[in-house]
Amino acid sequence: MNDMTTFDVEKIRKDFPILSREIHGMPLAFLDNGASAQKPKAVLDAIEKAYDHTYANVHRGVHYLSQASTELYEGARETIRAHINAASLDEVIFTKNATESINLVADSYGRANLKEGDEILLSTLEHHSNIVPWQLIAEKTGAVVKAVPIDEHGEFMFDTYLEMLGPKTKIVAVTHISNAIGTITPIDEIISAAHDAGAVVLIDGSQAAPHMQIDMQAIGADFYVFTGHKVFGPTGIGILYGKEELLDKMPPYQGGGDMIRRVTFEKTTFAKGHSKFEAGTPPIVQAIGLGAAIDYVNTIGFDKIGPHEQSLLAYATEQLGQINSVRIIGQAKQKASIISFTMEGIHPHDIGTIVDRGGVAIRVGHHCAQPLMDHFDVAATARASFAFYNNRADVDALVTAVRGVQEFFG
Amino acid sequence: MFDDLRELYQEVILDHSKHPRNFRHPDDANHEAHGYNPLCGDTLNVYLKMGHNGLIEDAAFEGKGCAISLASASMMTEIITGKTETEAKVLFDGFQKLVKGEEATIDAGDDTERLMVLAGVKEFPMRVKCATLAWHAMSSAMDGEEEASTE
Repeated sequence: MNDMTTFDVEKIRKDFPILSREIHGMPLAFLDNGASAQKPKAVLDAIEKAYDHTYANVHRGVHYLSQASTELYEGARETIRAHINAASLDEVIFTKNATESINLVADSYGRANLKEGDEILLSTLEHHSNIVPWQLIAEKTGAVVKAVPIDEHGEFMFDTYLEMLGPKTKIVAVTHISNAIGTITPIDEIISAAHDAGAVVLIDGSQAAPHMQIDMQAIGADFYVFTGHKVFGPTGIGILYGKEELLDKMPPYQGGGDMIRRVTFEKTTFAKGHSKFEAGTPPIVQAIGLGAAIDYVNTIGFDKIGPHEQSLLAYATEQLGQINSVRIIGQAKQKASIISFTMEGIHPHDIGTIVDRGGVAIRVGHHCAQPLMDHFDVAATARASFAFYNNRADVDALVTAVRGVQEFFG
Repeated sequence: MFDDLRELYQEVILDHSKHPRNFRHPDDANHEAHGYNPLCGDTLNVYLKMGHNGLIEDAAFEGKGCAISLASASMMTEIITGKTETEAKVLFDGFQKLVKGEEATIDAGDDTERLMVLAGVKEFPMRVKCATLAWHAMSSAMDGEEEASTE
């Protein structure tokens, strides 16, 4: 583990076993972090230890292992609460991923609060997971889904948003950072305007959590969601942060064990706090792994991660920009280390296949953001997304591979 | 590093993808289907003019796609024109087995050589759907279905 006063990327890379792999005989340049991030040894060790040393079901038994397992699991909740500065543990709900977190809010809050003609405001930047759950609940309740447009650079159009906000707006659900093009949205202003209009706000922080410090009490969103596997933790664990006064009034999302107070065939009463939304045996080891991931990231610190990633972004943007056929999609002023691009006359799928043979892993396709692709009039893009463990050699490998694509199709 | 890429992206494929044949919408087409690959968003329409006895008198397509899907569509339209519906479906079956690596070769008479050009796809399992998109659409068009998906 790193205890660093300065940022040493080469030292950090040694914490991630997979980064020393070769792919097709070439050193791996893993630039698909936006889809899922790699795991440090600290996380792998925590998972192994949880299974081979303390494993048992949580919240159930009086035996030693059940208690040990519960302590680790609930300890992970506290790690995450402290990391995101939530006011209480009951505001931190474990889900299986960000998608489930959004579905939970759409279904539970939406079903209880939406009626015919109410409006749900999204944005063109959204991932399908922050569109489709709202469409499903809109269909059930008669509410209407609207999308705030973006401009040609990929910026959230704030003035238009203010015009669209109104008494009918009940929910605003916007991404913190676009997964496809990296735009950082002005969530402070978005949230405060929504609150002025009487709407509640959900922020999709799936792409923000790996890149920046997120402080729930400072941000002030009513709901904030992210997934574990993009913040260097395991798959199968996600977080829903919700303000306690809202969660208290919401009906359960799923029924089952652990979310009840008392069950009879005549009437069941529900548990309070986060438990009400955590039916069934939870992802115990995944939560412990996520806690270890958050602890690991905090040994480095976002104050060091931010400048490193921004420097990679600037370098990659400059280097790719020198290749004639490359067009960078999305040039917002505030961007996370995500670059989407197309190449003239060459389909992103062909780019992806060819750079892969150079050991470079990037994502190609519509990035589950088809309305955004439509906005830029492309079917797909190639996307390089950088994590703090990426270095300049990774950028160089990408640029060399992209030049290779150009030659190949030249 | 580039050996199997050269095998995948043979000159013939690059040529067909840059200059697709039968890239048009014939006015007299009487069968058509939309092929869609939800993984990548690629989309193409296949148009057929079917005569009596299931004879494919004309085959054409339009759409957006990667080099593999465009080249495959382009070559398919050339190959199936003049064939019967049954013959085209037998070719589709053999072609699918070829690109999935289930069969090492395809016996398609005079068309064997042209179809074998796409055999390199079998080394790239993620690209099988690209290679078969137009063929799925062709098959749907003959069956009177409007939508074909690679899923």
